[in-house]
Amino acid sequence: MSAEPPILSVKSLSVALPAGADRPFAIHDISLDLRPAEILCIVGESGSGKSILSSTLMGALPRGLAIHGGDLTLGDIDLTAQSERAWRDIRGRRIAMIPQEPMAALNPSAKVGRQIEEVFAIHGHLTPQARRAEALRLIQDMHLPDPERIAASYPHQLSGGQCQRICIAMALALNPDVLIADEPTTALDVTSQAQVLKLICELRDVHRQAVLFITHDLGVVADIADRIAVMEKGRLVEIGAAEDILKRPLQPYTKALIAAVPSFEPKPRAPAPNTKPGHCLEVEGLSKTYGRTRALKPASLTVERATTLAVVGESGSGKSTLARLLVRLIEPSDGSALVNGHDLARLRGLALRQARRRIQMIFQDPFGALNPRRSVGATIARAAELAGCTRQEAQACAKALLERVGLSAAAYARRPAAFSGGQRQRVGIARALAMRPDVLIADESVSALDVSVQAQVLNLLRELQLELGLTIVFITHDLRVAAQISDRVAVMRSGEIVELADTASVILAPQHPYTRALIAAAPGRGAI
Amino acid sequence: MKHFRRPTILIGGGIVAAWVLVALFAPLLAPFDPLKSLTPLAPPGTPAPGGGTFWLGADLLGRDILSRLIYGARPVVALSTLATLTAYAVGVSAGLLAGYYGRWIDTVLSFLANVILSFPVLVLYIVVIVALGPSPINVVIAVTFASAPAVFRIVRTIAADLKQRDFIAAAVIQGESAWRILFIEILPNATGPLTVDFCLRLGYTTIIIGALGFLGLGLPPPAPDWGGMVNEGRALAFAFPHLVIFPCLAISSLVLGLSLLADGLNEARDAQARGS
Repeated sequence: MSAEPPILSVKSLSVALPAGADRPFAIHDISLDLRPAEILCIVGESGSGKSILSSTLMGALPRGLAIHGGDLTLGDIDLTAQSERAWRDIRGRRIAMIPQEPMAALNPSAKVGRQIEEVFAIHGHLTPQARRAEALRLIQDMHLPDPERIAASYPHQLSGGQCQRICIAMALALNPDVLIADEPTTALDVTSQAQVLKLICELRDVHRQAVLFITHDLGVVADIADRIAVMEKGRLVEIGAAEDILKRPLQPYTKALIAAVPSFEPKPRAPAPNTKPGHCLEVEGLSKTYGRTRALKPASLTVERATTLAVVGESGSGKSTLARLLVRLIEPSDGSALVNGHDLARLRGLALRQARRRIQMIFQDPFGALNPRRSVGATIARAAELAGCTRQEAQACAKALLERVGLSAAAYARRPAAFSGGQRQRVGIARALAMRPDVLIADESVSALDVSVQAQVLNLLRELQLELGLTIVFITHDLRVAAQISDRVAVMRSGEIVELADTASVILAPQHPYTRALIAAAPGRGAI
Repeated sequence: MKHFRRPTILIGGGIVAAWVLVALFAPLLAPFDPLKSLTPLAPPGTPAPGGGTFWLGADLLGRDILSRLIYGARPVVALSTLATLTAYAVGVSAGLLAGYYGRWIDTVLSFLANVILSFPVLVLYIVVIVALGPSPINVVIAVTFASAPAVFRIVRTIAADLKQRDFIAAAVIQGESAWRILFIEILPNATGPLTVDFCLRLGYTTIIIGALGFLGLGLPPPAPDWGGMVNEGRALAFAFPHLVIFPCLAISSLVLGLSLLADGLNEARDAQARGS
């Protein structure tokens, strides 16, 4: 296959950043080829320049950025020398893109069938009847059930995975030479992700489609890549066949990336020393209903002191509702939640405010979780003050905690905007710890982070658990993460806990069919 | 800070600062007693009896217009600032409550705000002043009554948006009291748009105080009042334009200064948000 000439060829491509940025080039001296019937995965963490590369290939560089040098050829055309008018003809027809957020990429007020037909209309193809037939054929190709009904649906009536398949259908409508997929499954649940990945592989195998697949998830890469290009800080670190890169990486950066991927093997976990045995968190029949909808069916579970319970589920499974009920951000409809014997679900007013300290939360979005107008030190110190410290003690405590979570005490006076996502998440952990809680709820607390940062934060949480005897409830959609960090796993589906057992038995001998489906859908099993 | 060094801010801020200084040091700056009759209808530049010059002329009763303008700056600057501040105190508190708590508090407060906003502003002022009688305190009450609903709307929207953020959830989980969440966590995040609105609203209030004076509903005579001066000179405006032109220029320059300042602050905020 390697004898085939490349369809897309990038030669020492550089894109300059405006003066004053943290580095001179967004991408520097990138060379790669893409051949027909090949999936080339571009892997990198945030800031690696992988998205700039895809915008360059689509002729859609953000304002202020420009190609600085290098060649870009697609078949017989030189992409660096095209006018905006010429680009409009190239996009869609020769090179098409699958977006990251399918829901945001579709027009919410038009039926999806019409939106696919529109692609033909814009490029002046076919009669209206033929467009409609083509759209239906494409929907069918995407293995969507009942194409007529899907075509007549609005995006909000479809699931995220179905929307993404509609976006893929739109991208394929004009039979482009190259398909660029920029993090196409990041916003999807694991089971939908597995279906979309299968579809993309089928495009390669059946339609001989060339795909440039951009992702941060090495598990996904292991499942679909023919070749892998690793990017770091705008440079190409390593490129080669998938087997070679994954099994025999040459560069230290690639090795570190692969090592940071959570493996599916449950880790043996030593119990935390010096902790009283017994239950720290006891939940009995806790439930939440909104009108007729049951967001959480009566749930009961107990967590031993100084252990971690992972709550795993897809979107809409009720895992976030459970987390928010536990910290009483929403009012439970029924049931009780005892933290060291104090029923948080029943307290009111001042008694509730005083008892809240016992159970704290680390949030998903590190950008929204800190008050942008307050220095991080003041934020942590305020938490310490609420836990009963005087002002001086609180400031000293905040500085100590900043150092404990791996930031310097000099960070005290800086505002959140000065920190990266991972650093902000550490500040969030420090703020929660300043309350001296018994239980820590982590709601998808690492899912917004790069793998290497993710591993650091997970290690930090484990150290703190051993040091302070913290009980942790870890809410996640990622079974691989759960396997790494938990003693026990609860699997949730449509507001119900379907399986609750030791981590090893859930991963290695799942009882419930849904758990088995989740494990089967997890990307990169055993490949890394 | 570099974003705040732009011409609109410098010019607007300069004009506003100049009027504030004039108001503060009126007794030192005014060449004549603003209430003393000297030479009726003296044109600008006429020498005054007993020395000095009527640089801007004298009015119907022979009072120096420049001195009256200088003294007239005091009630305008003081009243418009005080009135806008009270409107803000009411509007911000109500907006935070409605935006954060929602439900019936929001329903009731929003309904009240909409009722008040559905009246033409000037009619509202006149109704309040006629009902309570013209006095500085009543001008403040009238402005608060008419402006607070607009401030309420801005704050309510910002608060309703911010309460969804996780840092508010974190504050709740930590057991922060409601007033700290409202005034310490939420309000500082609203200061940007509120500062811009504050400058604009000061300008509106200045116009309104001028209009009330013009209608005879401002400060009771013979106190110097820019709007009142325009009204007094109105009948003779064609023969003696200086009676009307200078007080009008005083009002418009202050309003222009405040608008420029608001524009500049808004642009500076945008530039800052773009992070350039």
